[in-house]
This record gives sequence, structure tokens and C-alpha cells, in this order.
Amino acid sequence: MGEIVVKSIEEKYAELIRQRENEDGSELSILNLGPTHPATHGIFQNVLLMDGEKIVDAEQTVGYIHRAFEKIAENRPFYQITPLTDRMNYCSSPINNMGWWLTVEKLLGVEVPKRAQYLRVIMMELARIADHLICNSILAVDSGAFTGFLYIFQYREKIYEIFEEMCGARLTTNMGRIGGMERDLSDTGFRKLHAFMKDYPAALKEFEALVSRNRIFMDRCVNVGGIPADRAITYGFTGPNLRAAGVDYDVRKAAPYSSYEDFEFDVPVGKTGDTYDRFCVRNAEMWQSLRILEQAIAKLPEGPYHADVPDYYLPPKEEVYTSMEALIYHFKIVMGEVPVPKGEVYQAVEGGNGELGFYLISDGSRVPYRLHFRRPCFIYYQAYTEMIKGTYLSDAILIMSSMNVIAGELDA
Amino acid sequence: MLEYSTIQEQLSAKFAEAVKDFTEPYGFLTFEVDRNKLVDVMQYLRDNETMRFNFLTTLCGVHYPDNEVERQFAVVYHMHNWIDNVRIRIKVFLNGQNPEVETATSLFESANWQERETYDFYGIIFTGHPDLKRILNMDEMVSFPMRKEFPLEDADRTDKDDRYFGRIPQNTNMN
Amino acid sequence: MSDKVKMVQPPPGVAGEGFYLTNVDKVVGLARANSLWPLPFATSCCGIEYMATMASTYDFARFGTERLSFSPRQADMLLVMGTIAKKMGPILRNVYEQMSEPRWVIAVGACASSGGVFDTYSVLQGIDKVIPVDVYVPGCPPRPEQILDGIMKLQEMVKTEPFGRRNSPEYKAMLATYGITVN
Repeated sequence: MGEIVVKSIEEKYAELIRQRENEDGSELSILNLGPTHPATHGIFQNVLLMDGEKIVDAEQTVGYIHRAFEKIAENRPFYQITPLTDRMNYCSSPINNMGWWLTVEKLLGVEVPKRAQYLRVIMMELARIADHLICNSILAVDSGAFTGFLYIFQYREKIYEIFEEMCGARLTTNMGRIGGMERDLSDTGFRKLHAFMKDYPAALKEFEALVSRNRIFMDRCVNVGGIPADRAITYGFTGPNLRAAGVDYDVRKAAPYSSYEDFEFDVPVGKTGDTYDRFCVRNAEMWQSLRILEQAIAKLPEGPYHADVPDYYLPPKEEVYTSMEALIYHFKIVMGEVPVPKGEVYQAVEGGNGELGFYLISDGSRVPYRLHFRRPCFIYYQAYTEMIKGTYLSDAILIMSSMNVIAGELDA
Repeated sequence: MLEYSTIQEQLSAKFAEAVKDFTEPYGFLTFEVDRNKLVDVMQYLRDNETMRFNFLTTLCGVHYPDNEVERQFAVVYHMHNWIDNVRIRIKVFLNGQNPEVETATSLFESANWQERETYDFYGIIFTGHPDLKRILNMDEMVSFPMRKEFPLEDADRTDKDDRYFGRIPQNTNMN
Repeated sequence: MSDKVKMVQPPPGVAGEGFYLTNVDKVVGLARANSLWPLPFATSCCGIEYMATMASTYDFARFGTERLSFSPRQADMLLVMGTIAKKMGPILRNVYEQMSEPRWVIAVGACASSGGVFDTYSVLQGIDKVIPVDVYVPGCPPRPEQILDGIMKLQEMVKTEPFGRRNSPEYKAMLATYGITVN
């Protein structure tokens, strides 16, 4: 085992401390906002150079949960990579799963029927609501308001129940198949979905009434951790963090996938990119997601929930036991001996945190040659140093909360 | 509307032999650049009034151990023009023994950590990078884990019997 | 009060006028079991299921774990939830060593128990490579009911723990196998 990584950063800062002396005789100090800290959501380390309570400089260390996803993906056939994608942004796993299936379907040239696309949109928007729900309620908890978290977390349980109807799991869903979904949403699922659509708007309104115009919350969040739009773009920001800075880039509008072009929704933007704007943009996105959900449920077409691709989609079990072709297809799919063309694709979806991209290079074998995940958290977390310079320590905590950095996606 | 043919013509006109091998796999323009012209090409793509590729989507490395020595590593950059909504992919092939290419952090800040990640995984040196050190793996690690010869599983693990994983005890790849 | 509420039963003993005669072990065990303060060491997905366990629907505050302590000095049980990479190993060890006796460890999830899905060069194949573990809760992620089951099993262990266990030579020898010396 190695040493805990603080020494080298301390040496770097020791120089700066020696050089600079304040007028009142105090000097700069080093504070380790270490990997285990109650307020950092996930494990990453920041070594801060502080002047009293103000932060002068920061250095970040990540990789405390590096699980080598890209290396694992080079050894697994396509169906076994979906559980990996679940565990990237685990607050909104269906979005990651669907992004992966869209990449594979692009590579294989599989056309997904409309009903499956709409079901996918429903699941993705529920996941987006779940993700923003956690982020906003935890932001409120970090500024001291525990009640909002307790009230609104119940609705995450309701979303979990709908996911369970679709795929059997609550959090790490492993949802979908090549060409569609594994099953149609059952009647119970639709009943729970309708109940959710009826109850959630009132709860969200209550949460907003508790927190959004609260004097203390606004004092803590307004003008804290702002980032101008041009800096955000060069740092690679996408998603709610970028939209809070005023740029309305949304992958669902720029490169619509899975029938998003059939739905009408707005892309909310903020002004200054500060913490309060990020909070408000996420709230507004939850309202827009509810709007998309209403349209998707109302316009859900009849039809098959998966494409007719026996090469890639597992046949129903009754056929496997009775028909020879189905048995052979089943065996080949489970063993991973499916026909895969050579080529490279890049597919992006709008994840909870921004543009989640999958770059897949295939050499015709049953495992990818190279799979690279473009993880939005990893890319925009670099800007954290710039965003906290000059702020207080408690502001730095709120800025990290509002950026919704999820450690699983950061380190992959 | 910015067409792929326009991009190809303008790049070939400006950089002649340094940009080559234009293909469109799955409708996505991909081309190769010489490694010493990479930053110039990316700057041209970013700053030129027709090109306007203002966003670096991602950059990653790829290892091709079966290629000739000059082309064993590749660094792949995806850029995106938000104004005309166009994406392109740029590839740079590097020498297998000492892979080096100039850093893109002078153009895009987001390249900073992504290049550190590529260095961490493949050992590709990005000259001019402000702080090129490992980011995701442990600092003491000497090998570069994403290279094809490096095994996935930890060689020291004692609690798993490789016979049940379909692998012989040397932890080789199945495919 | 309805009779559905399960009250904690006193340990077996002899009751008298103003006194109750029983073993110190049992009384102390009862007190400790119903007031375990956790240190949530949440690293990844299991941490979100832990948050669900903490929230209103599954509410583990009813088991006495009302106050989360992020300081190891004030915590009784270390709940390790999520994948521990090799880079994180020394830090986990550091946190465990700072906890004062009696301390218990629950490994929540497949990754903490044995490395889980991630059979790779960078992931610790189970936290019992660095610290001694009392209860393993399998699952990926385990449902909140399973996490509560794990806590309840730990409560049974705490109730029946002999009083001098932490000072016994066997315990010290067990810690020495992990390289943890107790002074």
C-alpha cells in the first residue's frame, strides 16, 4: 500500500507559505479536505491553501474509486458491459444504460421500434428527475436544511418502484436490450407511473416553496462559485452546470436520439453560473422532464417493445425449449458469438450531468477493442479549483454539492 | 450549413500532406493528422470563421500493438462545432517506443485532465503539459495499465480460483 | 400505545425492590446494541442505498443509529459502503485505527465484501484485506431491508459479546494479523 497523497502537495505549498506573510503576522495554512469528508459526495481529495477562512489555492486528487471500467470493457461482450455503465452515474443508471445501447445499436445497425423508444424516454426522464432530486436535496442539506431531503426522498422510492417493474432492480438497473427493452411495462408499472405523475408535482412545489426563496439559502448560494460561459466552454462543461452559465446546449436538442424530437420541451438556462443558478436550472429541468413524461405517456404507441433481431435479442424462453433455431440463437447470444461489424462509433446522450459519450472501436470480435466513456463529471471537475479561489471554505462545500460530482462517474 | 466536404477541402488546402486519410465511418468525419501539426490543425479548427469548432468533446488513447512501430499508439480527439452542430474526429498516430505529442491544454482547458488520464493509462507523453502526472491510478504505479499486454486482474489476488473464471492461471485474455 | 410496538426486553435476571440483579455483560451489551452510532464510509452506489435506508421510508434511526458521526472518534460502527480501491485502502485503515474500542465493521455490498463485479488491478478484493470485518451484507447494491438485516445481526453480536473480549490475547492476535497494533 502506498502513502496517503498529501506530502507532495504540502511541499509545493510550503514554498508559497514561506514567501508570503500577511500584515498582521498570520500566515497561510494548509487544510486537507480529505477523501473522507461528510460534505463531499463521493471520495475525492482537495488540499486547500487557506488564508484564514478564504481559499487561496487548491489541488485535487481523484482516483480513489478507480475501478478500471475501460479495461474491464475490453474483456466483456456487449451484454456484460451494461452493468458497468450502471455504476458510472449511479443516481441515474437508466440514462447510462440507454446511452450504451444506443451506441451498440448504431454500431450494429439495429432499428428500435417506436414503442421501445418511448419507453426508453420515460425511463430516462424518470432517472433524470431522480438524479436532480438527489442533487438539489443534498445541496439543501449541506446548507443546513435537512427537511427538504426527507420530504422529497420518498419520491425517489416511488421512482425505484417503477424501475423495479421494468427491470427488477432499484438502483443499478441494467435496463434494456439491443433493439429495445426486455419487457413491456406491466399494468402495475403504469399504475405506479400515473400515481407518481399525480403526486410528484405537488411535492416538488412544496420543496421549492421550502428552499428556493428561503432567505438563508439564497444568501448562501447567490453569487457563490460563478463561472462565466466562455470559461465553462473551454473547461468542457456540459449539462446543467453549463446551462446555468447561460449556454443552452442540450444533447437532446442538438442530436436527438430515441425519439426526443417528438416531444416539446424547453431547455432552461441561468445567467451567471453560480450555485443558485445551478439549483434553479435543475429544478426547472425537473419540471421539463415532467412535461416530457406527460407527452410520452399520452402518445405511447402500440407495437412491439423490441426490434426483430434474433441475432442480438434473446428469444422468449418457451421458444428456446421447443424450437431449434431459438435454442441456437440463445446459445450464441449468451456466449457472445454475435455478428459484430468492424468500425468505430461515437454516441452521446444527455446524462444527468451533461454529455455522456461512448466511443466504441470494434474489430469484429465479440468484445470491444476499445471503449472510452466521455464522463461529464471528470471533465468539469477540473474547473473546481478556479471556481473556489477566493471563496470561503463553507462556500467551497456548497459549490461542490451544486456541481453534482458523482465519484463513480469521476473515476470510472 | 457546414458540410464535411468543405472541411476536408479547407484542411487539405491549408495543411496539405499533414492531414490525410479522410473517412466517414457511420457518417462521422474522421481524419488523421501528423503529430507535429496537431495543435496547429486544432487551432485552425477552433479559430477559423468557417470552422468554429469551439468544443473539445473528448480525447482518449488507443493501443495497437499489432501495427508497425510508428503507429502503435493513437490519440483520438473529438471536436464539436456548436454553432453549425457538426462533429469531427481527429486521430494522431504515435511511435510505440516513445509516444509523444504536443499538449492541447493551450487551446482547451478540458484537455488537462484528459491528457493526464491518457498518460496514466498508456504512457503517452504530452509535451508542454503543465502537470503531467498520474491521475486515476496510484502514484507509485510503474506500468501503464490500459496497454494490451497488461492483465486486467490483479496478479496477487488469492481468493479467486482462475479455473472457475474460464482462465488459466496466467490471467490471459479470453478472446 | 399499540401492542405492535416491540419493546426491548431486559436481560434475564432477578428483580427486587429497587434493584435488578444481572450480568454486566448483558446490560452493557443491551445498551451498546441499541445505540450504535455509525460512521458512514460511503464511496459509491451502496452509499445511495444507504441514503435511502436513512430516509423516511426505511428509517434506520429506529435502530438507535440516529446520530451519524463522521468523526471516527465518536463512532461505534464503521459502515463501509461501496468499492474500495487500492488507493483508498490506507485511508480506510487510518479511519479504522482512529476508532476507539469497542468498534464494529459492516461491509455493505459486494464490492466491500469481496471486490464485487470489479475483479481488476485497482480494486481491493474485499476490505477484509485491510481491516477485520464483523458482518458482510451481500448485494449489488443490497436493498435497504438487507442493510437493516445486517445491522440487526450486528446488534445480536453486540448483545452477546463478552465483556473482556477487546482486551483478550486472541483479539489482539487477530488484530496483529492485519498489522494493527493496540497499545
